[in-house]
Amino acid sequence: MNVKEILAQLNIIAQCKRYGFSLWQCPQFLFLIMGIIIGIAAITSYAIATRYISDPQLAALMVFGITTILFIIANIITRSFERLAEANRMKSEFISVVSHQLRSPLSNLRWVIELLMSGRFGKIEEKQTEYFKILKENNARMEELVADLLTVSRIETAKLPFKEQEFVLEDLIKELIKEFELFARASNVEVKFKPEKNLPKIFSDSSQLRLVIENLLDNAIRYIKERGQVEIKLEKRDKNFYFEIKDNGVGIPKEDQKYIFQKFFRSENVMRYQTQGSGLGLFIAKAIVEKSGGKIGFKSEEGKGSTFWLTLPLK
Amino acid sequence: MKTILFIEDESTLQKTFGDILRQESYKMISALDGETGLRLAKSQKPDLILLDLILPKIHGFEVLKKLKEGEETKDIPVIILTNLEGMGDVEKALELGAKTYLVKAQYSLEEVVEKIKKALKE
Repeated sequence: MNVKEILAQLNIIAQCKRYGFSLWQCPQFLFLIMGIIIGIAAITSYAIATRYISDPQLAALMVFGITTILFIIANIITRSFERLAEANRMKSEFISVVSHQLRSPLSNLRWVIELLMSGRFGKIEEKQTEYFKILKENNARMEELVADLLTVSRIETAKLPFKEQEFVLEDLIKELIKEFELFARASNVEVKFKPEKNLPKIFSDSSQLRLVIENLLDNAIRYIKERGQVEIKLEKRDKNFYFEIKDNGVGIPKEDQKYIFQKFFRSENVMRYQTQGSGLGLFIAKAIVEKSGGKIGFKSEEGKGSTFWLTLPLK
Repeated sequence: MKTILFIEDESTLQKTFGDILRQESYKMISALDGETGLRLAKSQKPDLILLDLILPKIHGFEVLKKLKEGEETKDIPVIILTNLEGMGDVEKALELGAKTYLVKAQYSLEEVVEKIKKALKE
């Protein structure tokens, strides 16, 4: 290890930022704090020992010995955490690289399919159109997964872009409902939206909030088994916007509820009905809502449906 | 006939766009790397440049900067067509003088063609 590397190791704030950790979760910072506490404890014990014990040298030696051992153990623990953190960072970076590499061929593929379907280079038969549609749908699924993975890696490396601006949240929701109209109709689901009147504009990142509501709406429709209803509310509560989306779908089993916002988690009952889904949507939604200074939660009963809610600060 | 220079290292895309733009009665010239792109921009003086950012030899941002610095090329509109959308990439490109920034994953082929037509009409 040369001097430069040692100096880089000493720059704790930079190290923590690299892992995307806050100070109180960062191994290097915790190690420093632990060192300070051990140091203070040693000095205090030494001071007490020299005043009250008949053979202060022996006591001091013991204190010194014990602190050294503690320090070594603390160092070993910190190092192993550091390795874990490094592995985690590398995993996020790996996801980011792979997703970027996958994105280009996927958009090339989609454009070629679109070109073929457009009939620009000759008329295509009905049967061919059917198969092109299958290609296009599968391509879209891969593109969505790749986009989700990229968002996750950005969340984990604290690189999620957040461009705040004023916009009308109600309009964004209406736009999304319109986009989901076909999917809802095909799933026999009626989507109702009841916004409170004269709501103020919101100051946030519209493309990120779009992801959140898109995920919640998609889940609500997707997990209704036969036919059903989705009710969306938007109102002002205290100093927050309050958004609620209620469905009468399959619901989340009680034992799965505590894991629902975890990355890659998919509830068992859902996997029986729906094979599609990456288990990333709610993880992403939570991260974005929290970054916006809001909260997200739900209540759900298996077989009866789920209600997801979120709050976002008014200003 | 208006000429479009497409600086993009993926030959699949070069072909797709070549076919579609020819059908729309444009002339397309391809460059598979940044260096060739800059050279062709100077010698051919296209009406529009489509530019990817991740390019061999010279990076897209550098190409854009040089295009906007060059006396003969500075007025040619540049549309960025890329999958790069990290923090600050869009801002950087617009600051350097790009006309539009299109993320490939977010647009359909027809939408991109519409943007090209619109840019050429202005």
